[in-house]
Amino acid sequence: MKAIVNVFLKEGVLDPQGKAVHHALTSLGFNDVKDVRVGKQIILELTATDKSKAEAEVREMCETLLANTVIEDYTIEIA
Amino acid sequence: MKVAILRFPGTNCEFDTKYAFEKLGHTTEIVWHEEKTLPEGIDLVVVPGGFSYGDYLRSGSIARFSPVMQAVKIYADQGGKVLGICNGFQILTEAGLLPGALKRNNNLHFISKYQKLCVVNTDNAFLNRCNKGEVLNIPIAHADGNYYIDDAGLKQLEENKQILLRYCDKKGNPVVVNGSVSSIAGICNKTKNVFGLMPHPERALESILGSEDGIKMLKGFES
Repeated sequence: MKAIVNVFLKEGVLDPQGKAVHHALTSLGFNDVKDVRVGKQIILELTATDKSKAEAEVREMCETLLANTVIEDYTIEIA
Repeated sequence: MKVAILRFPGTNCEFDTKYAFEKLGHTTEIVWHEEKTLPEGIDLVVVPGGFSYGDYLRSGSIARFSPVMQAVKIYADQGGKVLGICNGFQILTEAGLLPGALKRNNNLHFISKYQKLCVVNTDNAFLNRCNKGEVLNIPIAHADGNYYIDDAGLKQLEENKQILLRYCDKKGNPVVVNGSVSSIAGICNKTKNVFGLMPHPERALESILGSEDGIKMLKGFES
């Protein structure tokens, strides 16, 4: 089983990398971009077979290490 | 005073920190991150600067789980004094020993230069030899020094006098250096025994090298 974790800065927390990428896109002529957020994706290969159990465990991983919940939000996809 | 200086894989300011405290007449001991206990009879723990674990995932996020950090947590909970400089500050926020978090600098650059700092509060074990409003000149060197805390947290910091230093110009007016909320360069915890700052006082000990303002900061822990 695979877990895909996406970590992003929270709404309202300024994302300097997103801003820089947005600026670069605009200067390349891509004027239809309203906002850019840059995050990271962490892909976990799991031995678990129970989907809900796996999700609970990955959630704990996010809260403990993978995300800093002071500034970041995360999403979990189990595939 | 006996000072324990932590060392993680990737720490690179432990010898500067050792030099600084020994220059001030104190004894020091460098402590490897795998140690489960701190040396006996210490008066201060310093988490020095560097790039622990290559800053992977987030600066300080992996170092906080080191065995020695569990000992530091217990030490701090018992009222022991802890100072985190630069990467040390990042580790202490990740460990929850200090509020807030340190993000990538707004301009995405690694900023390395002398920076004026305004002393905000002096009724603590760290800045008691400085004067309120005094302007210090201390080097900064970081990519992730953009301090973030939400509005409620900031209000608490202000009310409890936990803000130690702000980035400022030579007249003491706050300036934007890396995007920090309220130009914050350093804070302490509510009980005022855990301190963290991005600037490097251990690099400002000789006027011939630019500044000796770091001396009165580090000397604060003597009293």
